[in-house]
Amino acid sequence: MTNWTSAEMMNVAAARELHDGDVCLVGVGPPNLAANLARRTHAPNCRLVYESGAIDAKPRRLPLSIGDDDLAATATTVVSVPEMFNYWVGAGRIDVGFLGAAQIDRFGNINTTVIGPYDEPSVRLPGAGGAPEIASAAKRVIVIVRQSTRTFVEKVEFISSVGFGPTGQEREAYGMTGAGPTLVITDHGVLEPDPSTNELTLTRLHEGVDLATAKAATGWDLKVADQLVTVPPPTFVELDALRRLQRREEFVDA
Amino acid sequence: MPDSSPSPIPARAPITSLPAAIAAHVRDGDTVAMEGFTHLIPFAAAHEIARQGRRHLTLVRMTPDLIYDQLIGLGCVDEIVFSYGGNPGVGSLHRLRDAVENHWPHRLGVHEHSHAGLANAYAAGAANLPFGVLRGYRGTDLERQTDIVQTVTCPFTGDELAAVRAVRPDVAIVHAQLADRDGNVMLWGITGVQREAVLAARRAIVTVEEVVDVFPERTGAVILPSWVLSAVCEVPGGAWPSYAAGYTTRDNTFYQQWDAISRDRESFLKWAAENGLPAR
Repeated sequence: MTNWTSAEMMNVAAARELHDGDVCLVGVGPPNLAANLARRTHAPNCRLVYESGAIDAKPRRLPLSIGDDDLAATATTVVSVPEMFNYWVGAGRIDVGFLGAAQIDRFGNINTTVIGPYDEPSVRLPGAGGAPEIASAAKRVIVIVRQSTRTFVEKVEFISSVGFGPTGQEREAYGMTGAGPTLVITDHGVLEPDPSTNELTLTRLHEGVDLATAKAATGWDLKVADQLVTVPPPTFVELDALRRLQRREEFVDA
Repeated sequence: MPDSSPSPIPARAPITSLPAAIAAHVRDGDTVAMEGFTHLIPFAAAHEIARQGRRHLTLVRMTPDLIYDQLIGLGCVDEIVFSYGGNPGVGSLHRLRDAVENHWPHRLGVHEHSHAGLANAYAAGAANLPFGVLRGYRGTDLERQTDIVQTVTCPFTGDELAAVRAVRPDVAIVHAQLADRDGNVMLWGITGVQREAVLAARRAIVTVEEVVDVFPERTGAVILPSWVLSAVCEVPGGAWPSYAAGYTTRDNTFYQQWDAISRDRESFLKWAAENGLPAR
């Protein structure tokens, strides 16, 4: 298979970052797609947790919402929402949190709340939902977001979920127990925090994307790793599984 | 002299009609929590509130969903307490956005939590505690809403933690699968924050798919005993376009169609008129 879209590449790259056996907190949109793709390919024993309360959900087809009956019906257990956030997310029982973003800044802080002043916003976004606790307490966080200057901004207008804080050094002072955003996966490549400053640094480019394009899609002077790696394109197996998920075909072997 | 008379025997939750229950228990200016996390959302009850013309409501709900988008657009709502205001898997709640961005049909007061914060605020209310505590909000701009979020110091460890003001609704309304003839309620599947909302509230109304003589044995079910409820109403399909596991399926098509219906004021008002929901 030689043709794939940049969105498909992004979802495949995200799915590859899940390890077999990982406990993964799954949100709506691309995270849902990536986590289910991982389960269909290299990580069949990846354990999916949905904030609606389903633990160890084994969806037979891609759920359209995080509260689908199929998730509850196939889960090992279903817990209440307070229990989910207190015992499972807040207490640090999640290996990987997958998050999206409307805006993200160079220190991985995420805005999903408002564009413009809080009291008189030009755009009212959905809000924080479950993300602040996932960003704080999941052992690692993978952000999946398309890269553009509208999204990748110097400084987010509202911190809905903390990455590394306003200067990149605040997680410890905030008492956060997880490692924060260890990967930001976009349609152009992959960004990782610099080991000393925590500034997001481009470390991988997807096959066929040039560096100038990635830099032009970033609202700050994007740091680039000395050794820029090329991400291999989707395999036939990955693309086929992804497209079957998007068609919501039932997987009888689940 | 202390009152030595025996406690009154708790009244059974009367099984009544939905219009009667709303008329008796939901008043103008009330704080109302209608819960259900994707599953068992009490849409029929919300529509009855709109039909009865309730106004100046403060609505509490983790995920406002279409149910509050509709009540906001109809003009029933002054303030909203919430944690995620989107149409899950689809996009924006356009009536909520229009109210916040353009003050239509009027200005909407916003009190905004994270899911963890609002879940703990309900749990505190259910426990009759003044606040809930969690390791959250640090570093977020949500912390600035000091009317609902504050910082407390743990008396044992000195850790700084978030305190959330307890949510104590005047009325909680939920949908469930079953009630028995005594007015006890059983629900299962994704049970969200419904039990907490009911126990945090002063009055509670439950709509159910079916009233039965005897509950089935059911792993993982939540039981709400009749003596914590004010009214139980048999309303089959009362969660549509949400769902009741074992009875109805989620109408994903309507959730997708809502995006177009709600996107502009005229198509929204046309939808409301066609469905007998008065705008005010």
